[in-house]
Amino acid sequence: MGNEPVDRERDPETDIGGGSESESGTETETETETDGGVRAYTVRLELVDEPGELLRALAPIADNGGNLLSIHHERGNITPRGHIPVEVDLECPPDRFDDVVTGLREAGVNVIQAGEEHYGEEISVVLVGDLVENDLSDTLSRIESGANAAVLDLSLTAPEGTESVSSARVRLAIDSGRSNEALEAIRSLGSEKGLTVVEPLLGGESA
Amino acid sequence: MKLAVLGAGDVGRSVATLAGDYGHEVVALADSSSAAVDPDGIPVDDAVSRKEGGDGVGTADPEEVFETEYDVLVEATPTTLGDAEPGFGHVTRALEADRHVVLANKGPVAERYDELRALEAESAGSVRFEATVGGAIPVLSTIEDCTPQAVTAVRGVLNGTANFILTRMAAEGLDYEHVLAEAQDLGVAEADPTFDVDGTDAALKFVILANVLADGGFSLEDATVEGIEDVPGSALELAAEDGRTIRLIGEATRDGVRVGPRLVPENGALAVTGTRNIVQIETRHAGSLHSSGRGAGGPETATAVLSDVGRLPDLERDD
Repeated sequence: MGNEPVDRERDPETDIGGGSESESGTETETETETDGGVRAYTVRLELVDEPGELLRALAPIADNGGNLLSIHHERGNITPRGHIPVEVDLECPPDRFDDVVTGLREAGVNVIQAGEEHYGEEISVVLVGDLVENDLSDTLSRIESGANAAVLDLSLTAPEGTESVSSARVRLAIDSGRSNEALEAIRSLGSEKGLTVVEPLLGGESA
Repeated sequence: MKLAVLGAGDVGRSVATLAGDYGHEVVALADSSSAAVDPDGIPVDDAVSRKEGGDGVGTADPEEVFETEYDVLVEATPTTLGDAEPGFGHVTRALEADRHVVLANKGPVAERYDELRALEAESAGSVRFEATVGGAIPVLSTIEDCTPQAVTAVRGVLNGTANFILTRMAAEGLDYEHVLAEAQDLGVAEADPTFDVDGTDAALKFVILANVLADGGFSLEDATVEGIEDVPGSALELAAEDGRTIRLIGEATRDGVRVGPRLVPENGALAVTGTRNIVQIETRHAGSLHSSGRGAGGPETATAVLSDVGRLPDLERDD
């Protein structure tokens, strides 16, 4: 219903195209701890689409005491920068997690989300207009920066070809309580680019 | 009560026809050029058949309506924007004569709410306007029962034509123009559907709701309004992939009024289909209330008018 919480974590200090700079870094203990004090983390990386990249990215995790749980390789979902997003679930003692992230960065891996900040809300918007002619990737990166959001996926239809009116549904992860702010940013981007923005209805029991 | 009905369109004629069932008497029925007036009650069926046969409702001058003895003026002339005339003038004359007014015409309450309330304060008569919002659905009386202070927002679908078009587009995968033409053939959309599809009609209703919540201060120009003309079939298809659909949704709060196409859950309460309307009243202490039904139509809207008549206090007459 528009507000399903998504359990994604990211590092407020890393850049996701101008993502949220909200205060975080203070770790809140939300996950259950095991006997050894190991906790689960999710790290989102962006990899260049070249052979060996994934293996190279995973090495620093093990080297720094992390235990890989799962790897979700979103091959079909290339970022506006042409990279492939990879989501890695791992567990490690909380005091080793910073080393894991540092290790990844030192290896030249682009870490776009790590740490404790949760996206609390997920919303979809539908954009209508000359999306393709109007630089779709610019539109998406400006939604990410202007609306403090992360584009989770995009579905585009252009029934009359890319030179005519097309529609796109964009699913976004947004920090808790900031949906209205994000939608306002998308609205103003829409009016600047001459796009119709169909927003979700927030509030009440209908959203 | 003795009713004087101004406006002999679907709503005015239905009010006159059904008034007897509700225990009221019609002493006048007028269209823009003629009137039937009789202090002992007009023969409603005759007047209605004359009108439906293409003639005026009667032989009297519409001016005579105001000269006869009535308790309630039912204002059911077409809604006009801006100065809301001639409806506002009719309402003024009735209130200045210490008579009650029941509105089916949205203009005076959407465009000149504060002036109307000021006139009412000086009058022995009261103003009611349930029929201006959501046809047969008891929206304003529900808010009145909850007390407006306890209502934080009202959202919903209050234009059946736009809702019909969006429903058909989603179900048949057709584009806007195609479905609009179909709606016109079926008589669901008028020959000039502008105010329905550009959001104006829904906006007027949500402006009225905002006026009720905030005790005035809003008119149409304060509303942010977008229509459905730019929503292609493909947008509805994309919404459906995600379990959602698009509806022309209005929102009224004390802070403002917004009407536009919005994504709502496909099986959610607000995604009514066809010409059906729905309102969601968000309350401070009792969660959300939903009320759905027919938002337009002569007899439907007339029931709201006549329910309002039943809620009026007796006038203390000294004449």
